[in-house]
Amino acid sequence: MTGAALTLKNVAVRFHTLDGTVDAVKGVSLSVNPGETLAIVGESGSGKSQLMMAVMGLLASNGQASGEATFDGKNLISMPKAELNSVRGRRITMIFQEPMTSLDPLYTVGDQLREPIMQHQGLPAAAAEARALEMLELVRIPDARRRMSSYPHEMSGGQRQRVMIAMALANKPEVLIADEPTTALDVTIQAEILELMADLQKRLGMAMIFITHDLNIVRRIAHRVAVMRHGEVVEEGATATIFSKPVHAYTRALLDAEPTGRKEAVAANAPVVLSGIDTRVNFSLGGGWFSGPKVVLRAVDRVSLTLRQGQTIGIVGESGSGKSTLARALLRLLPAEGAITFDGRSIAGLDAAAMRPLRRQLQVVLQDPFGSLSPRMTAGQIITEGLLVHEPGMSAAERDRRAVRAMEEVQIDPALRNRYPHEFSGGQRQRIAIARAIILKPRVVVLDEPTSALDRQVQRQIVELLRDLQKANGLSYLFISHDLAVVRAMADHIMVLKDGRLVEEGPPAEVMDHPQDPYTRRLMAAAFASTTSLERLS
Amino acid sequence: MLRYVFRRLLTAIPTLFVIVTISFFLIRVAPGGPFNQEKGLNPVIKANLERQFGLDLPLWKQYLNYLGNLLHGDFGPSYNLPDFTVAELFRTGLPVSVQLGATALVLALIVGGALGVFAALYQNRPADYMVVAAATAGSTIPTFVIAPLFQLFFALTLKWVPVGGWGDGALVNKIGPVITLMLPQLAVVARLMRGAMIEALRGHHIRTARAMGLSDYSVVVRHAMRGALLPIVSYAGPAAASLLTGSLIVEYIFAIPGVGRYFVDAALNRDYTLVMGTVVVIAIFTLFFNLMVDVMYALVDPRVRYD
Repeated sequence: MTGAALTLKNVAVRFHTLDGTVDAVKGVSLSVNPGETLAIVGESGSGKSQLMMAVMGLLASNGQASGEATFDGKNLISMPKAELNSVRGRRITMIFQEPMTSLDPLYTVGDQLREPIMQHQGLPAAAAEARALEMLELVRIPDARRRMSSYPHEMSGGQRQRVMIAMALANKPEVLIADEPTTALDVTIQAEILELMADLQKRLGMAMIFITHDLNIVRRIAHRVAVMRHGEVVEEGATATIFSKPVHAYTRALLDAEPTGRKEAVAANAPVVLSGIDTRVNFSLGGGWFSGPKVVLRAVDRVSLTLRQGQTIGIVGESGSGKSTLARALLRLLPAEGAITFDGRSIAGLDAAAMRPLRRQLQVVLQDPFGSLSPRMTAGQIITEGLLVHEPGMSAAERDRRAVRAMEEVQIDPALRNRYPHEFSGGQRQRIAIARAIILKPRVVVLDEPTSALDRQVQRQIVELLRDLQKANGLSYLFISHDLAVVRAMADHIMVLKDGRLVEEGPPAEVMDHPQDPYTRRLMAAAFASTTSLERLS
Repeated sequence: MLRYVFRRLLTAIPTLFVIVTISFFLIRVAPGGPFNQEKGLNPVIKANLERQFGLDLPLWKQYLNYLGNLLHGDFGPSYNLPDFTVAELFRTGLPVSVQLGATALVLALIVGGALGVFAALYQNRPADYMVVAAATAGSTIPTFVIAPLFQLFFALTLKWVPVGGWGDGALVNKIGPVITLMLPQLAVVARLMRGAMIEALRGHHIRTARAMGLSDYSVVVRHAMRGALLPIVSYAGPAAASLLTGSLIVEYIFAIPGVGRYFVDAALNRDYTLVMGTVVVIAIFTLFFNLMVDVMYALVDPRVRYD
């Protein structure tokens, strides 16, 4: 394939770990042409990121790459570091998944933009400064001149990712590698960044390799797709072909992994389990010696909510919109104002001791399946810990029986209950967290982004599990998510929050398909943009 | 920032006051007094002495007198070294201790820091293991072992340096004490720096710097090391306060006329004024260096804001 911007031939990556060697990438051959966007799709652990790290010489010190990555007639993988440093950052650049941490927190944005420009183009500081400013304007950072002297922590995730893009494009690279650049961002921001990248690619004519697990994104921006699994490319082809005629079973499974199904609305006279009227949560910042007046942040501003038996209310909104804060306020985990009732009884004024017996009926499952389970307890201990509090008289044997039943309910082999969290996958851990909640036979479960950290296929399984559990036990869910596809499959009532306020609510068919509020409309457009993507394919 | 420093200096005053008060009464709780000697002093002489120094007054009056004098910068006379006032003892001794301590600290930071960075860059390779082993040895071997060994080899066997004494601050006299003071600090700094660098080098922003093709120097020094300095800074503050106020062991073994000896000697002899003087000096050093740590933090890390 002549004329390709970058050609990989039989690239393999091997890691030497304490448990022996791990083959993360097993001989991948791919190429990308100038002006083309190649998407590499796969779940976490498929080796898609490590493949590109190998090309860029960024593998961890226990990683070893082999094969050929030919760029401009030379193999990047066997290239000495000094020579590689004249290619990467200049002719091939890369942006990463973690916008919050990918910039150096100790230097200003301008400083960090200037450094690679000076290094690679040999420009004097003043000229590099001008170029850096030009790039910031190109990536549409408002008030770019002032932003040059900002530090990364003073910017939002979306803005930081723009800075990363500016840095990556400042030296006019021929190849841009983007490793899940929008995964950590809110949907509306995600849409903006994708649009920006597609636009810049068209203008600058570079080749782009886009690593992602999100098929919606692939459909929107890629010309060609390579599907990776277990370190190998299982299928490759034009985007339209892959989506319309997937050949490999795994590709079909991936395409099929979008959560489907709808939740039936509950009867209008179903008993109310939990309600909050005019819920308000204020955080005050500052105040104290010499430090000026207090600033009050209204995290939740007069939001009312009624959750009925068997109902799932989906709470959607961007990060910082107050979704989690609202849920925590209703569970009385945060000081809040407004009337809160549970089971017909006011719980707003109850102190911690009075709340405790109610806690078993109000359970939570959190987003991070890695951080929310104690690494020093076994799965069985984690699941049954709540029983120790709420049913102290229960015998150890009975607790164990309950643990087995709970694990069966969430479809984990109970034989694994003596293992520790790190021995489970993300999806399994989330099942453990769910088991921990349902073992107490709660009536309300708050699901705070329970699927956000999971791959699509696993997401779908968890969604199905949660629906089954709801049906079997008559549970009511408060389902918090920024992933609207999942919300659509889970909820029969949706509330859209922005800046702590309710902007719209109603059944999914109304809110999602006929949004009234301009903000909701923008949110839905960003999330379900598959229609706009098709024009790109033609 | 200036306002912050000013505020911290203001809060130091009540802190000092509390420290002075607690120490004043604490040392009085200890049995005995400055003039209780093994042989037993003639009671009349003892009473005279106590009257002379105001020790016959009620305790609260002594306390108020002491505070009043302290406000005028008068630390009082030393009871056991009656030819000197406490202030005189510090005026001659403190510069000696500060000189030795500061030299040891600066050397420990530079050499230990460099060793730590070096070890981190060669993590889990022979060079790293050597640094870690040496650092572990350095922080486990006590000063009272290092100092005599140093004297044995370099003073008695090789005769390169004198065994002890200050020699009016001659360089050769300082080598032994400085090395003895420095080694344990150097070991700690090296280990801290190694850990902080390994952590910093794993950071996502380091990956970015590498991906942008920046030179090794820029990646390591500009981007990794600056962040790795923070734990060193927080260690160096309290370490400075303790090093600069002298070391009992080093000053005894090398016969150095510093202030490190005073704290223990004075406490054993119930030399109340000298104990109090030492407490005040150490407290001031500690408060000052803690403030310096916080100021340094803000200078190194723009995310740290005081206002």
